[in-house]
Amino acid sequence: MSRFAKPIGFALLFCAVVIAPFLVSNYHTYQLGFVGLYLVALVGLDILTGFTGQISLGHGAFMGIGAYTTTILVVDHGWRDLWTIPLAGVIAGAIGVAFGLPATRFSGPYLALATFAIPLSFIGLLKRYPHFTGGNVGKNLPQLHSELGWHVNPSIWFYVVCWVVALVMFPLAFLIVRGRFGRALRSVRDSEIAATANGISTAGVKTAAFGISAFYCGVAGSLYAIGITYVNPDTFPIDLSILLLVGIVLGGAGSLYGMIFGALFVEFIRISWGPSILNLFSKAHHIDTHAPGSGLVVYGVVLLLVLYVAPAGAAGLIRQLMTLVTRLRRKKDASLSDPSLV
Amino acid sequence: MAPLLELDQVSARYGQVAALHGVSLTVDEGEVVAILGANGAGKTTTLRSVSGTVRKSGDVLVAGKRLSRATPESVARIGVAHVPEGRGIFAELTVWENLRMGAYMVRRPDFKIVLDYFPWLESRRNQQAGTLSGGEQQMLALARAFLARPRLLMLDEPSLGLAPLVTREVFRVVSELNQKEGLAVLVVEQNAAIALGAAQRAYVLETGSVVVAGTADELRANDAVRTAYLGY
Amino acid sequence: MQQFFQTLTTGLSDGAIYGSLALALVLIYKATEVINFAQGEMAMFTTYIAWALMDHGAAWSWWAFFETLAIAFVGGIAIQRVLIKPLERASVLTMVMATIALLVILNGLAAWIWSPQLQFFPSPFPTSSWVIGGVHISKQDLGTFGIVAACVLVLWLFFRFTKLGLAMRAGALNPNAARLLGVRTSWLLALGWGFAAALGAVSGMMVAPTVFLTPNMMQAVLIYAFAAAVLGGLESPVGAVAGGIGLGVMLNMLGTYVHPVTSELRLPVALGVLLVVLLVKPAGLFGHVTVRRV
Repeated sequence: MSRFAKPIGFALLFCAVVIAPFLVSNYHTYQLGFVGLYLVALVGLDILTGFTGQISLGHGAFMGIGAYTTTILVVDHGWRDLWTIPLAGVIAGAIGVAFGLPATRFSGPYLALATFAIPLSFIGLLKRYPHFTGGNVGKNLPQLHSELGWHVNPSIWFYVVCWVVALVMFPLAFLIVRGRFGRALRSVRDSEIAATANGISTAGVKTAAFGISAFYCGVAGSLYAIGITYVNPDTFPIDLSILLLVGIVLGGAGSLYGMIFGALFVEFIRISWGPSILNLFSKAHHIDTHAPGSGLVVYGVVLLLVLYVAPAGAAGLIRQLMTLVTRLRRKKDASLSDPSLV
Repeated sequence: MAPLLELDQVSARYGQVAALHGVSLTVDEGEVVAILGANGAGKTTTLRSVSGTVRKSGDVLVAGKRLSRATPESVARIGVAHVPEGRGIFAELTVWENLRMGAYMVRRPDFKIVLDYFPWLESRRNQQAGTLSGGEQQMLALARAFLARPRLLMLDEPSLGLAPLVTREVFRVVSELNQKEGLAVLVVEQNAAIALGAAQRAYVLETGSVVVAGTADELRANDAVRTAYLGY
Repeated sequence: MQQFFQTLTTGLSDGAIYGSLALALVLIYKATEVINFAQGEMAMFTTYIAWALMDHGAAWSWWAFFETLAIAFVGGIAIQRVLIKPLERASVLTMVMATIALLVILNGLAAWIWSPQLQFFPSPFPTSSWVIGGVHISKQDLGTFGIVAACVLVLWLFFRFTKLGLAMRAGALNPNAARLLGVRTSWLLALGWGFAAALGAVSGMMVAPTVFLTPNMMQAVLIYAFAAAVLGGLESPVGAVAGGIGLGVMLNMLGTYVHPVTSELRLPVALGVLLVVLLVKPAGLFGHVTVRRV
């Protein structure tokens, strides 16, 4: 990959983001806004899981923390929603660090178990203190509206907010995983023993990764609350954490650009394209798609297929494609110069 | 008559690293054959290529029949016992449970004959195998392998980590099993002196190839072998 | 006094349910180092099968109970062979996601086949109580404890005294050495999954009468089972069962006697206990710390 691949890729992304709202309806723009916030969440989680090798089944809860922070500040304390975004991230990040400190004692399976219980506990805590969190009833945020003196369709406003944040945090992630810290992350992923032998504090690295990923998810959760304008304890179930991990796997763990694909999947395939694919599939096989649970079955089967066929996700497939192209080109070049090699 | 074990131009590699280059050797019925060589020469890999625990090319024949894509379990079932480097005993199980594992493939295990050769096992039945001394663990591994009454016993570095007296005792039992039970033995050893004492024939491996082959006497008389591996 | 014994027996009963699912998790982890996130859904699914066999929950049938155990056993073996074995060499993330995919599939499948509606599941035990010295002891609670205890005992006897059980233990300790002795370790792994599935079925059938049969019925139980298994050390079957019982009793006692602890806080409390124990004893109460010298 040439040195210019990343800046070119970013430029392409930027252009795509700017052009998209002109090409699609307001509703789709609204959805694309969610793609932006999912990108933020996935990039954050990828830093923890793909780069540091720590599997977390609980990051949906950090989104929830961010969402509730924003909601409570806006609804109960009259804050302007935009200003709550960084604070939501910071609070989620702080809780992430607080969780990460003891959690780094656990490895692999133990960690996954502990994180599996976070969202469930979070929901329990939300319900336990209703005067603070609105309990089961939840809280309503003000209707989505454009601000800062700009009058535009709320969907477009939301899209702009999400993608401004995403286009800041996405390159930030590249900076984080570059250089010494990034190498430290990867060495912890590949071999904790070797990392420790090289003087890296694995506990410190893991805690930092936890904090960073929680920060990202907190920001994403804050945006989510602003967009959905309603939160309640069931908005952030364990399914969301699983969905984030699925997005990472499909995009390609350890690849930041792959997360774009993951974010598209999380927003579209699950909600709109998924049922359409399911419909096509079921027409061929006479399955009743309105039956509850049928969607989940297809979702799970697709996930399994991807795990068997393309475990490195979309990023992995693209990498394989590029290797194939390079190899073919090299063969072509070689054969041109030496006919006997054909 | 076909040899009990024959390796024909066997090459093996670990990932990209080639460990054996076209090794050929034979072991006949009732023979004791030694494989000598320094660390990294490929001795353990040779045994692994028989028991199916390493990727290889070339042929391995047991009693004239080719072993195709063999797995360790299937090789064990045709009567080739492999006592790996480090003994491979189940440390958390008792001595008796380790022995019972030796009888896994056997319908009617004959514990009595094993206890004849290793009488001290009886008194240690319920001791946790991991608490045995190195020499005792080696004996336990031998007893366990013998319980299945194999045709060929492959021993990987039995002297590893053992004091000279204990090593001698181990080889004494091996020779006894060979002479009284007709058990063929292929032993991999760094301790060339003691191995040549027990074996009829030997091969010397260096960086994955056979460099010298012959009877024990021939090897002892060989100047190069003497200076490199026997130390005098 | 009355309240104490009642809480205790409920705790023992809950603990038995957590313990049996925890044991299932440990069986699989011990043999293959895989955490089966789908263990709860497998249990739920087999409980639905039992429900169907019992004439859609009309009445308990011991025949259906044992038939379900057999079906679960075969199902567990099949899942290991078809889904898990091909991913043997894959990364940890892939393996975790595979069991999660299984979780999602089974959850959806149960809702699809039997609808997500709450169903009533019969108990083999009457809901009445024994009165001993003025204290009421629930027959159902004791019965649940008894059934799980019997299953665990049978399993223990199997592992301790049979050739196959010994081979499974040996295979978990040192698979390479076991293979050299002729043990087909791959099939023993499948057997482990079969036993684990059967244990899960027991857990599900015992909890269903109280919490009612729904596709999400086992999710909380799974967390408690995880906590119990981790408390016990993830490699210790004894620890898993003991951890489960201990956790069940403790959570019930806390719920009865410590007033801020309401039912919504059960899970956070369990997680909190788990974290505290692991900070003090990282390998669990019964586990052995593998010392990594760096």
